[in-house]
Amino acid sequence: MNIRIALAGNPNSGKTTLFNALTGSNQFVGNWPGVTVEKKEGKLKNHDSVTIVDLPGIYSLSPYSQEEVIAREYLVKEKPEAILNIIDGTNLERNLYLTTQLMEMGIPMVLAINMSDVVRKNGDKIDTKELSKRLGYPVFEISALKKEKVMEAAEAAILAASSSSSLPYPKFSEEIEKSLSAISSVIKGKTEEKNERWYTVKVLERDSRINEELSLTSEEKDKVEFIISTLEKEEDDEGESIITNERYSYIAKLIEVCYRKKSSGLSTTDKIDKVVTDRWLALPIFALVMWLVYYVSVTTIGTFCTDFVNDGIFGDGFYFLGKGREAYEEAAEEFTSATDVLTAFGEEKGIEWEELDEDTVSLIASSVSREDKATYTLVDEETLGEEEVTVDYSALMEAVDTYEALGYAEPDTSDYGPWVPSIPALISSALEAIGCADWLQGLIIDGIVAGVGAVLGFVPQMLVLFLFLAFLESCGYMARIAFVMDRIFRKFGLSGKSFIPILIGTGCGVPGIMASRTIENEKDRRMTIITTTFIPCGAKLPFIAMIAGAVFGGASWVAPTAYFLGMAAIITSGIILKKTKLFSGDPSPFVMELPDYHWPTVSNVLRSMWERGWSFIKKAGTIILLSTVVIWFTTFFGFTEEGFRMLGEDEIGLSILAQIGSLIAWIFYPLGWGTWQATVASIIGLVAKENIVGTLGIIYGATGSAYAGIAEAFTSVTGFSFLTFNLLCAPCFAAIGAIKREMNSGKWTWIAIGYQCIFAYLTALVFTQVGNLICGFGINIFFLIVAVAVIALFIYLLFRRERKVAL
Amino acid sequence: MKTLKEAKIGETVTVVKLTGEGPVKRRIMDMGLTKGTLVHVKKSAPLGDPIELTVRGYELSIRKAEAENVIVE
Repeated sequence: MNIRIALAGNPNSGKTTLFNALTGSNQFVGNWPGVTVEKKEGKLKNHDSVTIVDLPGIYSLSPYSQEEVIAREYLVKEKPEAILNIIDGTNLERNLYLTTQLMEMGIPMVLAINMSDVVRKNGDKIDTKELSKRLGYPVFEISALKKEKVMEAAEAAILAASSSSSLPYPKFSEEIEKSLSAISSVIKGKTEEKNERWYTVKVLERDSRINEELSLTSEEKDKVEFIISTLEKEEDDEGESIITNERYSYIAKLIEVCYRKKSSGLSTTDKIDKVVTDRWLALPIFALVMWLVYYVSVTTIGTFCTDFVNDGIFGDGFYFLGKGREAYEEAAEEFTSATDVLTAFGEEKGIEWEELDEDTVSLIASSVSREDKATYTLVDEETLGEEEVTVDYSALMEAVDTYEALGYAEPDTSDYGPWVPSIPALISSALEAIGCADWLQGLIIDGIVAGVGAVLGFVPQMLVLFLFLAFLESCGYMARIAFVMDRIFRKFGLSGKSFIPILIGTGCGVPGIMASRTIENEKDRRMTIITTTFIPCGAKLPFIAMIAGAVFGGASWVAPTAYFLGMAAIITSGIILKKTKLFSGDPSPFVMELPDYHWPTVSNVLRSMWERGWSFIKKAGTIILLSTVVIWFTTFFGFTEEGFRMLGEDEIGLSILAQIGSLIAWIFYPLGWGTWQATVASIIGLVAKENIVGTLGIIYGATGSAYAGIAEAFTSVTGFSFLTFNLLCAPCFAAIGAIKREMNSGKWTWIAIGYQCIFAYLTALVFTQVGNLICGFGINIFFLIVAVAVIALFIYLLFRRERKVAL
Repeated sequence: MKTLKEAKIGETVTVVKLTGEGPVKRRIMDMGLTKGTLVHVKKSAPLGDPIELTVRGYELSIRKAEAENVIVE
């Protein structure tokens, strides 16, 4: 027979540790149907017929929070064979509160009092025998961390599942029991006998979900209502409060007999909190922790790993263990600048050549005199920024020496160390060897392999970040972050924990979005996911630099403005969205436990890191891969005079994408840049934002300098508008994949992307029209009116009164 | 009538009644703030809100807006 044991308990009670200890690696992670709450199941070690179902961590079985509803629906409807109730022994009183409710379910149960080692260490004592006698359920003292008595508790639950002993529930005071039995005689027969108590109590609590389930007639409703209101009048309290009070006084009586607390001074947690949440030290400490997280996961290790995957494994290749990398890079750099110098002098002297071989070099060298100077343009690889460099005779001599030393040929990677070619390089040489068609090779290399690379490229950095998050969460600091930052963030409908996703988002939006997983409240989480990518990520920086350089002459205010714009977008969106129907309703109560600090186990942290990383690959991978392939295809194929064929990189004007671009460019006309070029660049930006730079370079740089071409195509107003739109609109496909993963809903993914695009569009429209007005670049009355209307709409949405709608 | 919001830091008070309704009230009760419970106001967050309480032997943080629903003496 298959046995399902539901693992139930408070958050921070060590439930995850116990689940891992019971199931080992034999786990299945998914979602509860229709919601983003994680569902974990696993086979009990050495018991193939026993499944452990990890219920969400909850404090109660009220009908108000999603986690609690999931747990009670599972217990009432799916009827697991037994419950294993994990209880934090260091926090017995509040943990038993859930137990009193689980006892009413009519399901066999075993209590596992966790952290018993800590309880002992503190000098406290729990009389488990007495507790078990009074409750009527088996009680075990366990330590999930040290795996003490863990299997014994689980085996007791298996045993309990098949026994038919009575299942007692807490008895309340006399008047209340009277009312309860009156209610139970009304609803008799409408429920199973086993969980009649549960329904009876819920009716007295006026639980909103129960009345629908029981389908009482109006006569029965009146009867029940009479019973409840009589009791409420007598007790001068509401049904829900009466029951809660009863539960806690029932527990108080238990505790009195079964629990001895050694009165002690400050606990370790108190001591840590004296510093960590101190009035003056809390914010500096928070800043320090955040800096550390950012520094390691974004600036150093994370970026190093991501660059390695992107530029090494999926790029040009890499040196094994980095041996020879520096020597090669130095040589390559010297060679490039020597080439530039030689070319500049050669052109200056009107020399023509096929190849910069020994003869050409000496010809150039001999025709230049000591006083000669030459000028060439240095182009920055990332931003395509240009710089005029003037060199003299001594530079030429150096260049000649360099060429001679390198044997008149570009340095070869394999001469400098153990060179490992990249995956694309390996595959393309293999494809060439078998004579694969160009287009198929392109599809495989630039479409599929690049797509897979785009997915995997984010993983290392994400794992580093998840390692931090798992640590911060399980040690207890994450709750303190919410405590310290709540004041600032709740104004914009965000949680104190939203700080981390946004901070990480300045590096890369993908792990930023994934970091929102730590936010329990669904509304806060969704809001964070929608707004995180407004902040400029690392990939947007080259694009910002390009616009600043080409359109604004390298003005230094452009980059800070971009960040300011991102923050303003987050704040206004928070306020606007909070007041919409989607996010309205009662604000989630911020009544949060500050759990004791404790040192997390390595295996739990690693497991949490891996689960999150894997779920990104699995859930976000498909969408990233598919969209990369589609964009690749539309960019490199098109109708030419010779018919439909694959295009070269510089023939983007003929591509399908350019056709699509010219078809939809009118959409961006009100933004001042309704051209196919700008449209195509924006679409390609969806693959990766830094690709906008390359695309603009190809499109505008075909006949000369890319910056000059861009400067001609954009005015300062339209350039800024173009920048604004691309910073705020839908993020890259990888981030969209992450959004889909975290929203776990197609509808919400579209809401997020739709909102971002509309917000970006309207903001850019306002900038263009108002900017044109201010700068006197010619006014379009119609769109100016539209812009004014949009501003009015923004102001209305920002300042209207909040909707107060019941849940 | 004094509410938990008005209680001073360092003060220990007793819960008299909970006002308000729905999820917030239920949540406050579920976390152990019921009639007659002793509550110690430990500190406030660096920016003044939320506050940290010791109740039933553990630490609970609660926004001032919610603390206003708890009448104490």
